[in-house]
Amino acid sequence: MNLQEFLAMGGYAFYVWVSYGICFAVLLANIVLPVMQRKQLIRQLAEKQQRQQP
Amino acid sequence: MKFIPDPIGRFCHRMASPPHFYALSGKLLPWLTGIFLILLACGLYGGLYLAPPDYQQGDSYRIIYIHVPSAWMSLFIYIVMAITGAIGLIWRIKLAEIVAISSASVGASFTFIALVTGSLWGKPMWGTWWVWDARLTSELILLFLYLGVIGLYNAIDDKRTASKAVAILALVGVVNIPIIHYSVEWWNTLHQGPTVTKMDKPSIHVSMLIPLLLMAIAFKFYYVIAMLQRARLELLQRERTAAWVKKLVSEPSNSSS
Amino acid sequence: MSLTHAFFAILRRDLILAVRRRSEIANPLLFFILVITLFPLGIGARPQLLQAIAPGIIWVSALLAAMLSLDSLFRSDFDDGSLEQILLSPHPVSILILGKIVAHWLVTGLPLLLIAPLLAVFLGMPQPAIGVLLLSLLLGTPVLSLIGAIGVALTVGLRRGGMILSLLVLPLYVPVLIFAGNAVEMASNGLPVTAQINILIAILLLSLVLAPWPTAAALKMSMN
Repeated sequence: MNLQEFLAMGGYAFYVWVSYGICFAVLLANIVLPVMQRKQLIRQLAEKQQRQQP
Repeated sequence: MKFIPDPIGRFCHRMASPPHFYALSGKLLPWLTGIFLILLACGLYGGLYLAPPDYQQGDSYRIIYIHVPSAWMSLFIYIVMAITGAIGLIWRIKLAEIVAISSASVGASFTFIALVTGSLWGKPMWGTWWVWDARLTSELILLFLYLGVIGLYNAIDDKRTASKAVAILALVGVVNIPIIHYSVEWWNTLHQGPTVTKMDKPSIHVSMLIPLLLMAIAFKFYYVIAMLQRARLELLQRERTAAWVKKLVSEPSNSSS
Repeated sequence: MSLTHAFFAILRRDLILAVRRRSEIANPLLFFILVITLFPLGIGARPQLLQAIAPGIIWVSALLAAMLSLDSLFRSDFDDGSLEQILLSPHPVSILILGKIVAHWLVTGLPLLLIAPLLAVFLGMPQPAIGVLLLSLLLGTPVLSLIGAIGVALTVGLRRGGMILSLLVLPLYVPVLIFAGNAVEMASNGLPVTAQINILIAILLLSLVLAPWPTAAALKMSMN
């Protein structure tokens, strides 16, 4: 089986790859968003702390 | 706390203390992520490449490797949410409350994935994007239950109160889920007849089953990772005035991790 | 004061209050009639079509009417502080709350039953099905009040709880809708409905026993 055939998924390429794409996009977002928000929060808190006690 | 022996209770208490949890989860996360990625790679390789096409559905059945594990996770996470919610409600353990609400968004995501992939799988099999099939319908109702939990949590400003509300709602939901599921199944057999047996049991061969189980385990690990990430955020937000957070923030080495 | 006394005292008080504020009785009822009137206007008045979907229309409308009436269950007591008094009483809160729910059902659920035969005739439902419709409403609407009470108790402290309430409550109404709607539909086709009615009875008993507990817990949570 070559790559072309693999990607074609026996004619079901659209359904299979869109499914996998949406699935992993959602899964990735569920990790990336909280991590980003947490880092932002830490940055905010650090700035606030520095302002309070220079 | 009467039924629990003192040393165990004390141990749990220490484990459940926010700074300890934050540090421990930070150490565990790289390992969990590593295991998840390995399992995922094996599962995908087995499912998308090694497993033969289904003799009826061709390659379209390969959606099963994300659809079915997502559907399993959607139910599993709701139950975890109800149990941790109950623990938080009864023993007032802050960490259990946080785990409960952090699970909700992950569970809702899995429910959403199960619905979308079910629809994408249904299109080539049934010819339409949506069929009022028993499993898709109960999955849709489950999504509403999750959205209710998340909506209620966001609507209440005081997060301790919100956690209690969420726990009560999750417990009510968990009692109702079997009833809803049974009623939907019953409704479906009456109205539709046996239309969609094709999707229920693709002739499962060992070479198809092993990747499916690998994906299921990988998704379990994913759930722990995503839940912990969300819980760490939630914890910092709630404890932003606590001494340990101030210390954490002031240490430059920690602020990046 | 014994528990039974307390239960009936609450029931009586709520009924008297409801009679004084008649709009609370009339509004869900009017809504129920209005929604059902809208359906023939929306989909056309072909008798066969209406007859086929009558059970579903009536039950969905009953669901919505029950949901809209929920807000009045604890609202005024929450605002004027009498709910706090109930929670502080020495009796089990869940029983007292049950008294309030029963009163609420008598005021908002029972009238639906009285008006339903008329609407069934509007929609051309066959004679024997009307009896089953009444029975299903008699068994089903108390469940709607009981489950709904949990949702209201969770959201009564919120300023804008209406939208979130429907999200919490409607998914939990699904089993009632399925079994009750199906019972009426089967009866319209002259089929036996014992199974559906039995399941509705089971759901009613189950929610009668279980629903007051989370409602009481949620009210305690909403109060502080």
